[in-house]
Amino acid sequence: MSAKADSSGYKGEALNVLKKAGCAVGDVIRVTTREKSYEGILIPRSETGDTTHVVIKLKSGYNIGVHITPDTKIEKVGKGAKPTFASPALPEQKPDLPRVVIMSTGGTIASRVDYRTGAVRSALSASDLYGVVPELSDIARVDTQILLSLYSENITPQHWSQIAQATAQHIAEGVNGVVIAHGTDTMAYTAAALSFALQNLPVPVILVGAQRSSDRPSSDAATNLIGAVQAAGRAPFAEVVIAMHETVSDTAIVLNRGTKVRKCHTSRRDTFKSVNATPIGRVNNQEITMLTSDYAKRDPAKKLVLKPAFSDKVALVKFHPGLNPEVISWHVEKGCRGILLEGSGLGHVSKYCFGTIEDAIEKGVVVALASQCIWGRVNMHVYDTGRDLLARGVIPMEDVFPETALVKLMWALGQTSDAEEAKRLLKTNVAGEFSPRTLPETIGNEGGDAANAN
Amino acid sequence: MQIDYAKIGLKVGLEIHQQLATAAKLFCNCKPDLFKENPEIVFLRRLRPTQSELGQIDPAAYFEFQKGVRIRYEANRETSCLVEMDEEPPHPLNMEAVETVLMAALMMNAEPVDEVHVMRKTVIDGSNTTGFQRTCVIALNGCIKVGDKAIPIQHASLEEDAARKTGDEDNGKIIRYRIDRLGIPLIEVATAPVIYSPQEAQEVAFAIGKILRDTGRVMRGLGTIRQDLNVSIPNGALVEIKGVQELALISRVVEYEVQRQLNLLRISNELKNKVEPSCLTEEIVDVTHVFKQTKCKVIQKALEKRHCVKAVKLTGFAGFLKCELMPNFRLGTELADRARFWGRVGGIFHTDEMPAYGVTAEEVEALKKAANANEDDAVVFVADTAENTIDALKAAVERAREAISGVPAETRAANADGTTRYMRPRPGAARMYPETDIPPSLITPDLIEKVRLSLPEPAEKKRERLIREYGLNDKLAKQTVDSEYNTLFETLVQESRVPATVVAVFLTETLKALKRDGLPVEQVPEKQLQDLFKAIGTGEVAKEAAAEVFTWLSTHECKSVQDAVAELGLKMLSDAELTMAVDRVIAANKQTIDKLGKNAFGMLMGLVMREVRGKAAPDRVSGLLKERLK
Ligand SMILES: [Zn+2]
Repeated sequence: MSAKADSSGYKGEALNVLKKAGCAVGDVIRVTTREKSYEGILIPRSETGDTTHVVIKLKSGYNIGVHITPDTKIEKVGKGAKPTFASPALPEQKPDLPRVVIMSTGGTIASRVDYRTGAVRSALSASDLYGVVPELSDIARVDTQILLSLYSENITPQHWSQIAQATAQHIAEGVNGVVIAHGTDTMAYTAAALSFALQNLPVPVILVGAQRSSDRPSSDAATNLIGAVQAAGRAPFAEVVIAMHETVSDTAIVLNRGTKVRKCHTSRRDTFKSVNATPIGRVNNQEITMLTSDYAKRDPAKKLVLKPAFSDKVALVKFHPGLNPEVISWHVEKGCRGILLEGSGLGHVSKYCFGTIEDAIEKGVVVALASQCIWGRVNMHVYDTGRDLLARGVIPMEDVFPETALVKLMWALGQTSDAEEAKRLLKTNVAGEFSPRTLPETIGNEGGDAANAN
Repeated sequence: MQIDYAKIGLKVGLEIHQQLATAAKLFCNCKPDLFKENPEIVFLRRLRPTQSELGQIDPAAYFEFQKGVRIRYEANRETSCLVEMDEEPPHPLNMEAVETVLMAALMMNAEPVDEVHVMRKTVIDGSNTTGFQRTCVIALNGCIKVGDKAIPIQHASLEEDAARKTGDEDNGKIIRYRIDRLGIPLIEVATAPVIYSPQEAQEVAFAIGKILRDTGRVMRGLGTIRQDLNVSIPNGALVEIKGVQELALISRVVEYEVQRQLNLLRISNELKNKVEPSCLTEEIVDVTHVFKQTKCKVIQKALEKRHCVKAVKLTGFAGFLKCELMPNFRLGTELADRARFWGRVGGIFHTDEMPAYGVTAEEVEALKKAANANEDDAVVFVADTAENTIDALKAAVERAREAISGVPAETRAANADGTTRYMRPRPGAARMYPETDIPPSLITPDLIEKVRLSLPEPAEKKRERLIREYGLNDKLAKQTVDSEYNTLFETLVQESRVPATVVAVFLTETLKALKRDGLPVEQVPEKQLQDLFKAIGTGEVAKEAAAEVFTWLSTHECKSVQDAVAELGLKMLSDAELTMAVDRVIAANKQTIDKLGKNAFGMLMGLVMREVRGKAAPDRVSGLLKERLK
């Protein structure tokens, strides 16, 4: 029997029984087994659930799964009522407020729960957003656009180009800032990509997401979104940044530069940390504070330079003890034009890989290197191995951590088909990715923040 | 007040919650324990009411949200991890807890569900960092016998306990919660509303509590069990009363609630003839000037903080606010509770209780004038920030309007004396939606069988066995099985080697007597009882001193049996010390001994024991006494 689920999530035996009884999700049904009988609303089943249980919502509000056997009887008792939802009226747009566009690429920055079936629906029209986050109407005149509906792990370099182009268009129309709602997993890659693609920005571009989904009262989505819209509308800088929680408290939203920010925790609200840099600003209690004077200024007169092309013929190879050097040859054979090596320590790869690296470079592949230490700067002059790699033409990525280095390589190879030109771009500080000085930043500061939060 | 509960149509349903004694919490591996020290981790959050598909938002939650209420959570590393902080998704359901609930469910003849689905129940007062409580039903449709009556059990559920409130700051704008308790597994047992008298409510609660204890897998002591009651009478309202901490309080809580509702109905009947709800307006006036020279301490303090005094008139309410609803609880108290909740004030004043609290008759006159009130009207006034006073008085007016129409349906919290206070409006349709972070768990026939095999012995069988194996008499065996310490008895005997009858008498008659004397018996943890009997077994404590040591322990939290012995001077006497005591008594009663001869022994024994009770075993005393008399 086919185990393919229909939209209700049911499959196999359970689906057959339900079909035979003519029951659809939302209907009131009665399930009778040999010993017991239950009545409730038919609830969709998670696609990973087995094929022998039917889920119903009892009158008490609880869901239970009922095991389906050949003896089980299912009857439809009542038809499901369609929920009717009237969007709240759009609040008056205050003319003196800045104009901000919120583009959605996926994830649910705002959503409503259907308490009948438990389904979560995203709410992304402007009126939906105002309904869920009413504070927005006092911060900006908001326009919304649903650009993509993708989990962030499904976003590719082509999507980066698309997002960059859409952003450029909104900026051309004169908005005061752009907010991009994005799933958090690969948000830092997109932030880096936009940093390289959108040059000489006149206004800020703010990426925002949520670590706790917006269907729960404790979600960080609204606080993050409010901070992001505030920064987009009024902040004095014009760069690509990520706006998310600074600590585990719902107080400050921190603005991290797109080329220096990395997702550092699987689940915490303050997962995004600036690496080898300080955050550029903070939004706290409606107040925007810049934390550095080293930033590109907001200036509507500036002319945006759009460079949205990325090459996907780029690979990331992480060096580890026992790495098979043929991995590198394999990439070259598959047509790879750039390889980012994630070296150990100050920037090292074992000697037994030198052959294939040399070979790749000879074939015109651009090979760059960043450190898997994440924090700190690559220095390939200290040990022989480093010096040997440099001599073979490997480009050190300074204090850029591997993900941003990879995105930059994709971008550089998207700009030119000439390896030498790509190398030149790679070595140029395009979007604040290289810092001339490494300062004694704290690293991996876990837990301490929470204790000091107020 | 004599009330015929059957005649007035009282209906009560019970929800009993008890913490389970699992090794870890329900959705993470933290210790299910509370801490007293200063917190190691503090963080601040806001909870935002989520809209339902219909766009509905819980009004109380929305109100608090609009006021910008924030929550300061406190934690330490031993009792909380990122799961409690809502910084990490929950781990899968703790199956030890599922098995415990399953055990209780089988003992209540309930039907286990086939597949357990964890739900989120929206709770936005801050007691859950997520904004919802995770809960799941384990079994349905049970039934227990209480006396001759069958009481249907609607469900046995498993849920996470909530964080505990430890205070507030900044005029109520920040509420403090400790998340140590959050995530401790709780069983919830809900009866159908088929209980018809306060006494019966208490009996049913006792019966359920006994079943839970008999699993041997629930926590003991104050705060580990909480009862919620649903109480309704015809024409009154369905009122939910949360958090009755003591079983023995249940009948009184029900009695008081019935009294309250009957009194509210009486007041409503009288008011209806006098006042239209629309006559009560929210015309709030500033009366700070009236109290510029006041001797009233509360108002003085508020004015020092540059707060204000505001007042509102309740048309036609003169005299009604002092009507008693429950002992020490008047209609005015209801208004004050509402004002506290919605206005974050400490309390309110009203003219029915004036002049008092340092407010003079002249001030009352000036106040009434300012509020434009006549003889028939009451005036409510409060001193706080402008925002809080306005919210408080609006809430008081709203409550007064409800008093005209009858009894408001609401959720109330139980006080320690059996009265209740306003907690929040009754939530609308149960806000439950699936917890998608936790996969459903199967309750397989194998699992049910495994639990069935580990069910505690049925009471009748156990009674027979205690008689057979431990030599208890019939009555003592029955009392032991019926007692709260049913599961502890055998452990104590086996660990301590103290005679079984001694242990049984202590656990039943002695503790019952101590409890009757008002001793907080349940506050002494099992561990202490174990230590006490071990000490008796080794001779460190005389069995006669057991009650004294126990009494001391019940009022000295965190102290040990050894502390009690030292503090009470109960150290066993050495042979030399005992000999001295015996000789002292013999010397003091020389004449009597000479007169009575052997017959003096009983009297002497009594005198010595009076002196050394708890410090020397009687057989030792009698042996020594005989020896010295020779
Ligand atoms: Zn934990």
